[in-house]
Amino acid sequence: MTTITSTASAGAAGGAGTAAPAAADRSPLRRGLLRWLFVAPALAYMALFFGYPLIRNILMSFQHYTPKTYFTGEAPFNGLDNWRNVFANELFSDSLWHTALFTVGSLLGQFTIGLALAVFFSRRFRLSGFVRAILLLPWLVPMVVSAVVWRRILDQDHGMLNSALHAVGLVSQDGVPWLNSPSVALLSAVLVNIWIGIPFNMVILYGGLQEIPRELYEAASLDGSSAWRTFRSITLPMLRPVVTVVLVLGFMSTVKILDLILALTSGGPADSTQTLGTVTYQLSFLQLDFGQGAVVGNVLILISAVFAVLYLRANRADFGKGK
Amino acid sequence: MSTVNRPRLRSAWNTTAALLILAVLLFPVYWMLNTALQPESSIAATRWLPTTPSLKNFDVALSTQGGSLLTSFVVALGAVVVCLALAAPAAYGLAQFGLRGGQGIVFTTLITQMVPGIVIANALYSAYAELDLVNSYLGLILADASLGLPFAIVLLRAFMVSIPSEVVEAALVDGANRFTAFVRIVLPMSRNALITAGLFTFLFAWSDFMFALTLNTTDDVKPITLGIYQFVGAHVSDWGAVMATAVLSAIPAAVLLVVAQKYIAAGITGGSIK
Repeated sequence: MTTITSTASAGAAGGAGTAAPAAADRSPLRRGLLRWLFVAPALAYMALFFGYPLIRNILMSFQHYTPKTYFTGEAPFNGLDNWRNVFANELFSDSLWHTALFTVGSLLGQFTIGLALAVFFSRRFRLSGFVRAILLLPWLVPMVVSAVVWRRILDQDHGMLNSALHAVGLVSQDGVPWLNSPSVALLSAVLVNIWIGIPFNMVILYGGLQEIPRELYEAASLDGSSAWRTFRSITLPMLRPVVTVVLVLGFMSTVKILDLILALTSGGPADSTQTLGTVTYQLSFLQLDFGQGAVVGNVLILISAVFAVLYLRANRADFGKGK
Repeated sequence: MSTVNRPRLRSAWNTTAALLILAVLLFPVYWMLNTALQPESSIAATRWLPTTPSLKNFDVALSTQGGSLLTSFVVALGAVVVCLALAAPAAYGLAQFGLRGGQGIVFTTLITQMVPGIVIANALYSAYAELDLVNSYLGLILADASLGLPFAIVLLRAFMVSIPSEVVEAALVDGANRFTAFVRIVLPMSRNALITAGLFTFLFAWSDFMFALTLNTTDDVKPITLGIYQFVGAHVSDWGAVMATAVLSAIPAAVLLVVAQKYIAAGITGGSIK
């Protein structure tokens, strides 16, 4: 049998049987402890940097923080006050709505364009691999930097996009107020985020497409299936696990968006691009009301948790393989 | 004759289409470079081509943001060291020791990837304030390591599962202990996976904005992402210099894309699907 199964059974039996002589004189308990020493530092780190913040955030959401808290160290418990205040705050309900629009719009755009490009680059032609590699650049550049570049491009008076649209006669001299109008700014942010997310979607979906057995396509073409029919009856069903992973990972990184919005619009104009992420930042780090910030943070976690369950179900196959 | 040439013609069409897609999608990157190379772009409208290119903007960018670039480099490198030092032994343990509860740990590692960074920052700030880690290199390095750790553990574990246990057992027979065997045998064998995990952790930490923004209240530790954010706020008229800063901060991504292409491709597919 494979080496993988043999180590697994040796480990499960506590190292009994054909264990190496050098280790045989050690007690099983000591060996067990030594093995845990490999994992312990990472576990301790994760407890401190992921576990502790999760618990602390729940506690903080019931505490009253003021700008003075960090001098006096006093943050008395105040029951449900933070929760009531946040849920009564119009900014919160607005940001919830903006986050939903931003996430759905971004995912739709990124996924559709990413899938189209993945299908296109699956064809065999010269420079395919090279172009595919270079297209990753927007995804690897820091998001703040991309947002700053776009802020210049989308500038109403001096931006390149408005001058180009004006040159071909599509818009008037005034141009489109991409980032200056409350009714357009969120759409602009979605467009920029779609641009950032296309490479990631393309690469993962491309990888998924390569896993689909060629024979299926050959059989379909023998049956005289049309290109669209083949795509719908073979490509999409076979691609489904990868599609789930791409969409859930995309959701996770989009729903908590902060960098892009802060650098592009700072949440404005007139709070029209505030999201759950930026509101958490604003409440905690600008108004220094960490209690209310924690409430919005907890809502964000709750939303993420629902989708984490989806992700883990899609990934279940991987746990089966593990030891 | 025409039947012979058709595939080649189709290939040429596809290549043309691919280059067009590339031009459209990378236009903002071109525009960043183009603006950075035009010194007068702050007063006049930016021209479509940098007909009289100049590096003046880069002088301004380096003199005002050079320190931030260095800070980013130190912090990202530190995050890589912390992350790999934690992830490599853990991944090996989870892959090879058959630890009780090991699957649960892998499961938890996957979940931690879902925790929004702003939530971590919210609680971490209070803890950092008590521990005097606000405005410190150590504090930011430790926080940035969290961006790469779950990814690194999952990626390295997926690789280390395939290392035959006989290789390590042989070293144990020769009298090495588990840890020396790990350092001398497992780590060199995992070289490629370590490079991939390290590169991504570097890029994650280099790109970090949120921890830099929230865990620093002074300018003592100011990475380039925070630098460019404040630069836009303060000098919004000097777009040439802003874009030159943007170009400089995009260099690690561009260099890694060219030099380490196979690791990047391996990381994106390996880390997200496995």
